[in-house]
Amino acid sequence: MNTLEITKDAPQKEAETIQLSGSQAVLEALLAEGVDILFGYPGGAIMPIYDALYDYNDRLKHVLVRHEQGGIHAAQGYARTSGRVGVVFATSGPGATNLVTGLADAMIDSNPIVCVTGQVFAHLLGTDAFQETDVINITAPVTKWNYQVTDACEIPSALAKAFHIARTGRPGPVLIDITKNAQLQLFDYEGYKVCNHIRSYRPKPIVRREYVEQAAALINEAQRPFVLFGQGVILGRAEAEFKAFIEKAGIPAAATVMGLSALETGHPLHVGMLGMHGNYAPNVLTNECDVLIAIGMRFDDRVTGRLDKYAKQAKVIHLDIDPAEIDKNVKTTVPVWGDCKETLPLLTGLVDARNHAEWLGRFRELEQAEIKEVIHDELNPTSEIMTMGEVIRILNELTHGEAVIVTDVGQHQMVACRYAKFNRSKSNVTSGGLGTMGFGLPAAIGAWYGTPDRTVVAIIGDGGIQMTIQELGTIMQFGAKVKILILNNEFLGMVRQWQQLFHDRRYSFVNIASPDFVTVAKGYGIPGKSVRERKDLEQALSDMIAHDGSYLLEVMVGKENNVFPMVPQGSSVAEIRLK
Amino acid sequence: MEKQEYTITLYTENSIGMIGRISIIFSRRKINIESLNTSPSEAEGIHRFTIVIHETEDVVRKLCRQIEKQVEVLKAYYNTNDEVIWQEQALYKVPTDIVTEKAPVERLLRQYGASAVVIRNDYTVFETAGHREEIDALTEALAEYNLIEFVRSARIAIIKDSEGFHKKLKEFEEQEPAEEVVENRYLNKQDKVFTM
Repeated sequence: MNTLEITKDAPQKEAETIQLSGSQAVLEALLAEGVDILFGYPGGAIMPIYDALYDYNDRLKHVLVRHEQGGIHAAQGYARTSGRVGVVFATSGPGATNLVTGLADAMIDSNPIVCVTGQVFAHLLGTDAFQETDVINITAPVTKWNYQVTDACEIPSALAKAFHIARTGRPGPVLIDITKNAQLQLFDYEGYKVCNHIRSYRPKPIVRREYVEQAAALINEAQRPFVLFGQGVILGRAEAEFKAFIEKAGIPAAATVMGLSALETGHPLHVGMLGMHGNYAPNVLTNECDVLIAIGMRFDDRVTGRLDKYAKQAKVIHLDIDPAEIDKNVKTTVPVWGDCKETLPLLTGLVDARNHAEWLGRFRELEQAEIKEVIHDELNPTSEIMTMGEVIRILNELTHGEAVIVTDVGQHQMVACRYAKFNRSKSNVTSGGLGTMGFGLPAAIGAWYGTPDRTVVAIIGDGGIQMTIQELGTIMQFGAKVKILILNNEFLGMVRQWQQLFHDRRYSFVNIASPDFVTVAKGYGIPGKSVRERKDLEQALSDMIAHDGSYLLEVMVGKENNVFPMVPQGSSVAEIRLK
Repeated sequence: MEKQEYTITLYTENSIGMIGRISIIFSRRKINIESLNTSPSEAEGIHRFTIVIHETEDVVRKLCRQIEKQVEVLKAYYNTNDEVIWQEQALYKVPTDIVTEKAPVERLLRQYGASAVVIRNDYTVFETAGHREEIDALTEALAEYNLIEFVRSARIAIIKDSEGFHKKLKEFEEQEPAEEVVENRYLNKQDKVFTM
């Protein structure tokens, strides 16, 4: 089987057809799609595929995770840093249901993922067989597409469709459920044909020039234009086009959490992060701009705050590849439906070269207010208690914005997203839309495989790490060089912050105990250190970065520190609180 | 915005699980589907869904966009009642002796244009088609005469302004026709498979 030749385009001549098992066809499909790594966990119903994998070990690296949720988060991390499709294998029943959280996360954050799950024999479908669950129906709301294969002949075309759907248009997770009989079945293999067209699926909208012209006209008349950018810029590989656009038009730009790193943090037009814990200026000035240009973002409620008080004064231009996003939350004046890789250069060609220095100055003024009220003390605390912000500041100094920053969910995530510096795109990996605690550690493993030459730092809270801590075993076995930085405040910090601010300090079940993380890591053969005093912090971070291999560093930070600024739920973005 | 009745017309591939994928888009938002019909369409191999819901236009428009995002949906249209010609069908089972003996029943059936489908000694089955209000009125009237069984179909609707889907389909296929759906050999041998 090792010499099997795959032609990507033309089906092979009939004379050359060979007999292949369904399982082999799955692996041939992966090779033809350029896959060289996958994350998975074997089990009864996917055993034929794992048996075939035994012979493909030299071309397909399989990372055995410790839980299927870890597998799919790893695939997400991989997809995010590599820009390629992440592949996951899991067995039927519990194996497949363990994927659901990751599927939902990948769906809402538009990650290109292909999951292959085993399923019971076709003749047992619907009989409550051992490890049978109705995976197709369970995953329908959290997949871009899914399909059950019951006959091996379907495998090449089903997988070709899966890869096409996962990575085109607005990317998303796809699940292919393959019954065991189909995995075992021998069939006449006619080669793998890459799919690039499905009649009912049109991932690439035809750009309508009149809308681009209208958008350009609005931008050229604007006195206070403001750009919001999201992950769409990264997914569309349009970082350069984006930069060219804002630079020519001279428009200040703010990132969503998912859009971070699409534009380097130090860019003179980068005015910070949007949203509930975003920066002061972009939130306040959203309600003062006259033209709001949203690029590859979807006006999540965490970004908009109270919708009926959101940018009501502004004309809104929305560039997005997904037509369902246009007018979904914010009414658009000019919709520019299309791939921003195409629409942005068209727009750049039509906009006047401008310099909104005075308007940009407004952002810098408010930024100074935020530095004075919040940022300076967070990054340079004078009390003995360490802050999350100072840890990130030192990390920035050590990595110079070159590291991939993976975060889990909670206070540490917001602090990391607020303060981490990014010089390169695809450097921020976080669970944005779903807010999945437990995402960080496995995603960091995948993120490292996606870009093994870069430093990957997983910043995780003491709560989130305990949700998927078993993936330390994956690191131990396969050697992903992930730097694990636990910011331990001995609380489920974000929930505690809300309880403090909005529930009268009634701390209900946010007091979480932790094991000795350094000892746990040691058990997995991962070196580590815990830091309790500021004097040891810089050296410890430096040792972590310098260490060739995975490393766990725990930093004990202030127990009751809050993340500010904050747009309280139900408030307008202009009502953002600095304290 | 006022809620009113909308007829949603979908053109889809005829693949397994489509009803599920469509219906969860409604149930996710806790919207009740008043009526749902699936049938072939004017274009060969293309399935047509007719769905009736009571909602605001804003919600219906967003629903249609979400539905169109489904890989196997080609197109979603929504129309108000005055933009479509629609019918629902109903079947009534009534004791035959009452039909023959009671003059008002015969009058009712004539008035509503109902026709007999089956006549037996014990019962007669009538069929009628029309708008829901007409069917409801007849049902109510017949209820007084020992109506044994009643069933009404989902709405089917023709869009007044539509030119049909043939031309649109050509646009969808302009690149090249999609791959043929591979026949599901295993499940087509259902009898053999499921009696194993």
